[in-house]
Amino acid sequence: MTTLSAVRYALWALLAGVVIGVTAAALGLFPGAQKGTVSGTATLGAPFTLTAMTGEPYSWEPATGAPHAIFFGFTFCPDVCPTTLYEMTTWLDRLGSDGESIKALFISVDPERDTPEKLANYLSAFDDRIIGLTGSREDIDKVAGDFRIYHKRVELDDGDYTMDHTASVLLFKPDGSFFGTIAYGEDAETAVDKLRRLARS
Amino acid sequence: MAIIQRSAFVALACAFALSFIALPALANDTLTLKEAWTRATPPGATNGGGFLMITNTGDEADRLTGGSVSGVGKVEIHTMVMDGDVMKMRELPDGLEVPAGETVTLKPGGDHVMFMQLEKPFEEGQMLDVTLTFEKAGDMSTMFMVQPVGATEPKHMHGSN
Ligand SMILES: [Cu+2]
Repeated sequence: MTTLSAVRYALWALLAGVVIGVTAAALGLFPGAQKGTVSGTATLGAPFTLTAMTGEPYSWEPATGAPHAIFFGFTFCPDVCPTTLYEMTTWLDRLGSDGESIKALFISVDPERDTPEKLANYLSAFDDRIIGLTGSREDIDKVAGDFRIYHKRVELDDGDYTMDHTASVLLFKPDGSFFGTIAYGEDAETAVDKLRRLARS
Repeated sequence: MAIIQRSAFVALACAFALSFIALPALANDTLTLKEAWTRATPPGATNGGGFLMITNTGDEADRLTGGSVSGVGKVEIHTMVMDGDVMKMRELPDGLEVPAGETVTLKPGGDHVMFMQLEKPFEEGQMLDVTLTFEKAGDMSTMFMVQPVGATEPKHMHGSN
């Protein structure tokens, strides 16, 4: 065997090793990557216990058996939150008996100001199916994080403040899987259609 | 004597010119406020947004900087923007510009007059006598009609239609 052929054998062996390694890595990684994607979608939202506007504890877990519309806001909000609450009221109204099974949860991102009494008073202007929830700052932050809801306190002058927050309504099927969202300002027909399909899911 | 007469004339001319500059601002005849409305507030709500159209027929831009109304702790000029699906509301510290020759519309989901620290809720059908403050035009008052909770536009503004 010459030195040259020895080098050639070594190079072939190296190439074969690389090919085997890459293939193994690809086979090994692929199922893992796929699993990650699937569980990412399935884990939007996690079981929680907050305080309902009645003052009683209120627990939610994914497989509740009822379709849910969950949205976040605060009663100090002058525009988006009352608009969404009002729209939710009209959508549920339009669905009539079709929408009876839907549970709507309005979770405060401003628990410092939104006491259960304040929520109960405020929500009395909207559909009774809408349940207001509040809790400790830690619990609210945890729940908002689990539902991937952005929220941030922004100071105004004289000690007043507002909350930036995700304005979308999140929809969940009775088995707890994520169904979709209704965006702020979405057309009423589309919103009612989504809720109707959600109720039948 | 001639010098005194001339300086008196110059002073008079200056005063005349100044009064001419000041007059349109005092008369408020360059700004027109139309279709001012707000929404009934849910029980316990401490604030609400006010909306209207402001037309500036003058040659100079003006700015809406604030206002006042009885039963409301303070009035600020705010804007609301959607950043993706996140709602953000901010005070406009320098107010809202009303460019010369243009109409600016304050409406839900955008620029608004922010009524804060309400002593009691706004009730549907109520009329609010609001004073709005402009940088040049000064104070102007207009009636804001209280529409239902969740109204998106100023309905029934003209009675007959
Ligand atoms: Cu505002």
